[in-house]
Amino acid sequence: MFYYYLQLGLHSLKRNPLLTALMVFGIALGIGTSMTSLTVFYLMGSDPIPWKSDKLHVVQMDNWSVEQPYRTPNEPPDQVTYLDANALMQAGKADLQTAMFKLVWPLQPDNQDIKPFSSLGRATYTDFFAMFEPPFKYGGPWDRAQDKDHGRVVVLSSATNEKLFGGQDSSGKKVRLNEIDYTVVGVLDKWQPRVKFYDLTNGAFNDSEEYFVPFTTAIELQTQASGNNSCWDNPKPGWDGYLASECVWIQFWVQLNSTARKDEYLSFLNNYVGEQKKLGRFPRALNNRLPDVNEWIVDQGVVPSDAKIQVGLSFAFLIVCLVNTIGLLLAKFMRKSSEIGLRRALGATRGQLFSQHLIEAGVIGISGGLIGLFLTWLGLMAVRSLYKDLNSVAHMDWFMVLTAIALSVTAAVLAGLFPTWKACQITPATQLKTQ
Amino acid sequence: MEIRPILSALMRSKVALVLIGLQIALTLAIVCNSLFIISQRVQMMGRESGINEADTFTIGSLGFGAAFDIKTSIQEDVALLRSLPGVADATPTNTTPMSNGGWSTGINLTREQKTSTAPSAMYFVDEHGLNAFGAKLAEGRFFTADEITFRERSSVDWPPVIVITRALANKLFPDQSALGKQVYLDTEGNPNTIIGVVERMQVPWIGWSAEDGPDAEFYSTFVPQNVAFGNFGRYLVRTEPGRRDEVMKAAEAAMLKSNHSRIVREPRTIERIRAEGYQGHRAMTIILIGVIVSLLAVTALGIVGMASFWVTQRTKQIGTRRALGATRGSILRYFMTENFVITSLGLALGVLLTYGLNYWLMANYAAQRLPLVYLAGGIVVLMLLGQAAVFGPATRASRVPPAVATRSV
Repeated sequence: MFYYYLQLGLHSLKRNPLLTALMVFGIALGIGTSMTSLTVFYLMGSDPIPWKSDKLHVVQMDNWSVEQPYRTPNEPPDQVTYLDANALMQAGKADLQTAMFKLVWPLQPDNQDIKPFSSLGRATYTDFFAMFEPPFKYGGPWDRAQDKDHGRVVVLSSATNEKLFGGQDSSGKKVRLNEIDYTVVGVLDKWQPRVKFYDLTNGAFNDSEEYFVPFTTAIELQTQASGNNSCWDNPKPGWDGYLASECVWIQFWVQLNSTARKDEYLSFLNNYVGEQKKLGRFPRALNNRLPDVNEWIVDQGVVPSDAKIQVGLSFAFLIVCLVNTIGLLLAKFMRKSSEIGLRRALGATRGQLFSQHLIEAGVIGISGGLIGLFLTWLGLMAVRSLYKDLNSVAHMDWFMVLTAIALSVTAAVLAGLFPTWKACQITPATQLKTQ
Repeated sequence: MEIRPILSALMRSKVALVLIGLQIALTLAIVCNSLFIISQRVQMMGRESGINEADTFTIGSLGFGAAFDIKTSIQEDVALLRSLPGVADATPTNTTPMSNGGWSTGINLTREQKTSTAPSAMYFVDEHGLNAFGAKLAEGRFFTADEITFRERSSVDWPPVIVITRALANKLFPDQSALGKQVYLDTEGNPNTIIGVVERMQVPWIGWSAEDGPDAEFYSTFVPQNVAFGNFGRYLVRTEPGRRDEVMKAAEAAMLKSNHSRIVREPRTIERIRAEGYQGHRAMTIILIGVIVSLLAVTALGIVGMASFWVTQRTKQIGTRRALGATRGSILRYFMTENFVITSLGLALGVLLTYGLNYWLMANYAAQRLPLVYLAGGIVVLMLLGQAAVFGPATRASRVPPAVATRSV
């Protein structure tokens, strides 16, 4: 029966190719637009590390000026001072913890064929690798002793390893950064989190680092962070003055394996700030926070308001397309009134007519949906060319493909229900009378 | 033309009326609000930065290691750049307008005040800064060579003289000249005297206006210092008109050759910096234009489809009317008026939806109230669109011969 109705539906659609094309295209356009904006929106805001996002927390301490908050209404800074980063690392109260900052160093390859180039790196502690779990291809992270001893060691990204060593296992080899030789201890596999959640301060959609070096080493070498630096009070002169200042420029993350541990850590922080207050620091009221990854993504406004407006407008557009299809489908079914009347008179039940017309509507919906998927693919391509930095989030994944199909079928059935119901209300007698 | 028969005919097919009306209402709401967003973005992108954008580019240098002599490097580099053929002028600078990265500091009028009077972007340049950027001096003078110092890691003081923009001058000293006035970049430091006012100089950050009004995007200060900590050097070069691309290549080559203990970073034109800076706004504009065009197309085609259906369904009635003496013109007018009535009802609902959507945008995304002119424009456009869309089917209706009335199906 289904097959027969399908044939009837296709036959009826073929009778009015222009009207059919109009309906299919309408749905396709609506689906394409809304799925494009929804995909970008969803991938920007979605959990980049779902298996442990509730265990990773940013440490926020309000060391800001008593006169004004870091950000209105009363937000603590998104980074910490060197003083506090150092104290928290020394205390080591979390399950895993790392202070880190963004740096740019010239990379001077041994190979004379490759010109020295400026390269983006990250100074961090070895816990970084256990916390954010970048996959290793060769070797592994440096050990805690290297953190302590300011080791001249480096972990390379897979792209850097490709460039410098042709993708070979480079463990034990030397890499020259800013006139100093570092020994390669590990090489990462490809790693580009969709959202660079571990350093939202310096760009949520920036490229990942080309290498990682110990934090302590970078500090010893007096490396100026190339990321954001904010001060409310003038630092004292010189590097030591800067390290002792109230300037915030270091991201501090902790891993806390349970809520109990989180509570413990928060009270440790509160105690720490309490002690510092006695020394005359932290003039504002106690305002320590430990947002987890997803809270942090919301807090830092990773999803720009433009993306939200686009989702809102594109779904309004989808509604217009659906209303349009309902109207056209209704017109079409009404036109067939006499045919429907005849079939009713010859014994077809309302149920049979209902399924026949719903199948016809479904055919429109599914073809609209398929074309819509194609349009979404085109749309995402357009988004990638319009927003150069959104490469990582403007892609379809299986979840979004399934969502698109579900959305288009639902949309088409919704659009088809009313016209179908109206068609079934046709009384055979009145239709036959006019003949 | 009688409106009553049209209304009573419409009342018999309420569903169709509701569907078309709803479609028009939603279209009006989306089109008006999108156009408003577009016009704001276009206005924002069209703002002049106050500098010469056509003939300028930046080029940077990153020295190797702790032994790198950044001060000498800066001096040699600017001298080299200025000596190149085709270069009009060059200056060291920490940043440029629209680059989205830079240094900002609060400016205070007195030593005692707790919160600063205005935030300002800092441009660290030498005596060639004004000429290299191609900015215009409005009052006073720019720096002289002997006023230029180095800003080192150990520097905490700000220099005794600064030059600010007119927007910042108006904010700090409304209704009086800022020239010769003293301000405090650091309330614990020496006062800084304003020796010059520049017509216009945009801050590096796009969308900085959020808290201090739209003029805040031009709160800039020139500081007569070269930043000499870290191994970074950045220069802004202005070339003779039309020679930018050629000079850019020559400058990169010359800098590479002059000093081997550093990297020369890829030169970037201000035009490229502008394009990258406004990328998001440009994208939003293009996307919204796409939405508007598709929406109008879908709505217009929908009206054509529905009208065609009505015409077909009423062929017999039309024939009857024709047979009873109605002219072609009156049939045409009937359908045009019908569309006018439906569109008007839809637009009435659309006005509510438009302001509803505008309210949502204002509540959630700091949008502004939609000016009436957009609504008026939207109404006119949709009215014309409806009339144009229905014209085809209506013409077809008017061609129905009266003989149809006598024919049975």
